[in-house]
Amino acid sequence: MLQPLTSTGDMRKNRPKPCITPLEDQSVNTILEKQQLSQEVFRFIIESPLIARERKPGQFIILQLDTEYGERVPLTIADADEHKGSITIIFQTVGNTTHRLAALEVGDKIENVLGPLGHPTDIRKFGKVVCVGGGIGVAPMHPIAQAMKQAGNEVHIIIGARTKELIVMEEEMRAIADELTICTDDGSFGRKALVTEPLKELCEQWKPDLVAVIGPPVMMKFCAETTRPFGIKTIVSLNTIMVDGTGMCGGCRVTIGGETKFVCVDGPEFDGHLVDFDNMMLRLGTYKNREDQDHHRCHLDLQLEEKTNA
Amino acid sequence: MHDRSTLDAQARAVLNELKGAKLTVKQRAAIPSQEMPAQDPLQRIGNMNEVATGYTEAQARVEAARCLQCKTAPCIKGCPVAIDIPRFVKYAEDGEFLQSLAVIKESSLLPAICGRVCPQESQCQETCTLGKMLKDVNKSVSIGRIERYVADFERESGEVSMPETAPDTGKRIAVIGSGPAGITAAADLRKEGHGVTVFEAFHKPGGVMVYGIPEFRLPKAIVESEIENLKQMGVEIRTNFLVGMTRKLVDLIDQDGYDAVFIGSGAGLPKFMHIEGENLIGVLSANEYLTRSNLMKAYDTEHAQTPIIRSKVVAVLGGGNVAMDAARTAVRLGAKKVYIVYRRTEQEMPARVEEVAHAKEEGVEFLLLQSPSRILGDERQHVRALEVLSYQLGEPDASGRRRPIVIEGSEHELPVDTVIVSIGNDSNPLLERTTEGLATNKWGNIIINEEDCSTSLDRVYAGGDIVLGAATVILAMGQGRKAAAAIHERLTRDQQS
Ligand SMILES: Cc1cc2nc3c(=O)[nH]c(=O)nc-3n(C[C@H](O)[C@H](O)[C@H](O)COP(=O)(O)OP(=O)(O)OC[C@H]3O[C@@H](n4cnc5c(N)ncnc54)[C@H](O)[C@@H]3O)c2cc1C
Ligand code: FES
Repeated sequence: MLQPLTSTGDMRKNRPKPCITPLEDQSVNTILEKQQLSQEVFRFIIESPLIARERKPGQFIILQLDTEYGERVPLTIADADEHKGSITIIFQTVGNTTHRLAALEVGDKIENVLGPLGHPTDIRKFGKVVCVGGGIGVAPMHPIAQAMKQAGNEVHIIIGARTKELIVMEEEMRAIADELTICTDDGSFGRKALVTEPLKELCEQWKPDLVAVIGPPVMMKFCAETTRPFGIKTIVSLNTIMVDGTGMCGGCRVTIGGETKFVCVDGPEFDGHLVDFDNMMLRLGTYKNREDQDHHRCHLDLQLEEKTNA
Repeated sequence: MHDRSTLDAQARAVLNELKGAKLTVKQRAAIPSQEMPAQDPLQRIGNMNEVATGYTEAQARVEAARCLQCKTAPCIKGCPVAIDIPRFVKYAEDGEFLQSLAVIKESSLLPAICGRVCPQESQCQETCTLGKMLKDVNKSVSIGRIERYVADFERESGEVSMPETAPDTGKRIAVIGSGPAGITAAADLRKEGHGVTVFEAFHKPGGVMVYGIPEFRLPKAIVESEIENLKQMGVEIRTNFLVGMTRKLVDLIDQDGYDAVFIGSGAGLPKFMHIEGENLIGVLSANEYLTRSNLMKAYDTEHAQTPIIRSKVVAVLGGGNVAMDAARTAVRLGAKKVYIVYRRTEQEMPARVEEVAHAKEEGVEFLLLQSPSRILGDERQHVRALEVLSYQLGEPDASGRRRPIVIEGSEHELPVDTVIVSIGNDSNPLLERTTEGLATNKWGNIIINEEDCSTSLDRVYAGGDIVLGAATVILAMGQGRKAAAAIHERLTRDQQS
C-alpha cells in the first residue's frame, strides 16, 4: 500500500526507543544541588531532562510549588546540562513562592515545572557586544553572554548591584568576558556608579554593535535611554506578571512600539528602544499590596521557623 | 422562584396522578414544565457553589413525561452528536436512569458536563416539537436537565461503569490538550486498545472546563471524575508539557514512537479591542480573570497564593458565556456593581439563556447597544472610567439582521475601576509556529478534512476549538470522537498492510 511521503512518515521504520521519560519516573523536578549565592539569592540545579534538551539561552520556565493553591512563577533558565538532564535556576526571594522555594533542600521535588518558554535570544556574530546584568539579572544574562562569546563576538560585560553583597556570578562572568566592569551604587565594590555610566563610555569609545540588558525594569529603561542617541540596537528581557506562560491569558502584555505584545510568547526579549517601560512598571504593581504582605509574612514565618528550630 | 422541596412536592403530586396512565399527546403537553431548583440569588453571590442544584428524581421523571415521543424527533437533528434523545428520555420517564444514561453514552462521553453547559435552547431544545406546539422554546422538554439528572444519578450512585478496553494493540497515540476534544479522543482510542498519552500544558487537566468555566456553573469535581475515569482506563496524562516547546510535535512521531497525534489544543488567545487605554491597570482579559479565579483558586484568599484584582465597579465587555462567567465571578468576589456592555441586543447574545437569566438575578446590569470607545485612566494609570458609544438598530440587511449603527456624538463615561475584556478568543499560534507544514487558515485555526479530522501532516489529526474557533464543549467532543475513529481506522489499516 502506498504511504504518503511527508516529514513524519518515512523515519518511523527504525524508530529509536521512546525518549520521553515515563510518568513513573519520580526523579523529575528533583533538586540536585542547592547553593546560596547571597543573602537573598539562591542557585538550584533541578533534574529536568526534557527542558534541558530543548532549552536555548534566553528562555524561561514557570514553576509552581503546590498544585492546588500555589502561584505560577516565571524564572529564567540560567544554565542547563543536556547530558545530566538538569537545568539551573537562580532566584531572589521576593514573594511567597521564592521564599518557600529557598526553603527546599536537595532531594526535594518541585511539583510543577513547565518549559522551556519564550523565544530564545537571537545569537549570532554581531561583532562587539555589551552585556549588562543588574542585580539578579546577571544570572539570566550568563547563558546569553556565554553564547554570544561562543558565536565569535567580542563581549564586554557590565555587572551592577546595589552593594557588594548582592553581586552574583562574578567569577562565571569573568571567565567569559573579554572585559568586565563591576559597579555598585554605594561604591563598596568596583566602580561607584550606575551601570549607565560605563555603558555610555563604551557607546562613545568602543562602539558596540549590540547591547543586551537584563535587570530591574528601571535599569533597563535607562540603559535603553543611554544607547538610544547612539542608535545601537539594545535588547532587554522583560519579566512581567504571568499566569499560564503559553499566550492564553494576556496578563503579561506590554506595549512595544505602540503595539500590544505578550511577553511569554512574543518575548521575553524585545527591542529596548520600543518598550513602554513606564506602563510596564505600573502594570507590575497591579498586585503590589499583596506581594508586600507576602514578603513580610514570609520573613515572619521564616524567623518563626528559625526560633522553633533553635 | 421556588425552593427545591416545594418543586419536588409538586412534581411528586404530578407523578402520582400520571401513574400507570397511558398519556395522550394533549395530556403530555399539559404537564407543567419543571423549573430548575437553584440556590437563592442573595445567598449564592456569597459563595462559589453550583447555582443550579439539579432536578429531583420526581422532577426528572415528570419533565421526561412531557416528551411527546414524536416520530420525527427533530431534537436528534439539533444535537451536534445526534444522541437518541427520545429513547433516553423515555427510560428516564420510566425511572430507568442507568439505561437512560447508557443511551446517551452511545453518542456522548461527557453527559454530566454537557447537561450543564450545552446551549440546549439553540440545539436540541430549539427544534423540540413540544416547544413548537406551545410556541415557546422555553417550554420545550428540558432535555439538558434530564441528561444532567441521569448522569449525576450514576456518578452519585458510585457505580460508574467503566468502558471495556480491547486488548493492547501496541500502537501509541499522543493527544495534545486535555479539554473535551482531547478527553474524548483519548477515551475512544484507549477503548480500542491503543496506548494513549495526553499532554497538557497546565498543571491540571481539563482544559477550559477547569480554567475557564467557574465552579458555580460546572463543579470541578465532575471534571476531575472524568479525568479519573480516563486514568482508570489506562490513559497516561502528562501535565506541565507544552507540545511545541517541551517537545516538538513531529518529534513525538519521528522519535518518541507515537503512531499518531491528535491536536485538541483549544482556542486560547484572548482578543483585545485595540482601543486607547487597554493596558491601564485594571484592564484584563476574561481568560486571565477566570484562570486566576478558577484554576488558581484566587477566590480562596485564605489558601491561594495567586492574587486577583478586587474590584468595586466592573465593566465586562462582551455577551457570550465567557462574559457572563466573568461578570458573575466579579459579583462573587465582592464587586458592588457589575455591567455587561454589549454592542447588540439580548437576542444576539451568544450566551446560554440560563446564564443570562442567572446573571440578571445576581444583579448584573446589562448595557445593550453600547460599545466601548476608550478606557480612561487616572494619574496613577488605574482605570477610572469606560467611554461608551450608544448604538441603534439599523434597517435589516440582506440576511434580515438589523445591524447596530453608532449614534454620532453619543459618547458618555461609565465610571468603573475594572474592565474585563471578553470579546472572544483566537487560536493559540504556538503549535503552528513550532510545527512545520501544519496548515492553518487566516485566523490560525488548523485546517482539517471534515470527513476524518486529518490535517496537512500525515498521522496528525485535530479537532475542537483549535479547528472551529471558540465553539462549544459538545462540538469539541464530537470532533474528538470523529478523529479517534479515523485514527483507529488508519492504525488498523497500517497493521494489515
Ligand atoms: C469561560 C468559558 C465559558 C464557556 N462556557 C461554555 C458553555 O457554557 N457551553 C459550551 O458548550 N462551551 C462553553 N465554552 C467553550 C468551551 O469550553 C470550548 O469550546 C471547549 O472547551 C473546547 O474544547 P477543546 O478540547 O477544543 O479545548 P480546551 O478546552 O480549550 O482545551 C485545550 C487544552 O489544551 C491545552 N494546550 C494548548 N496548547 C497545548 C500544547 N501545545 N501542548 C499541550 N497542551 C496544550 C490547554 O492548556 C487546554 O487545557 C466556554 C469557554 C470559556 C472560556
Ligand atoms: S502569561 Fe498568560 S499570556 Fe503570557
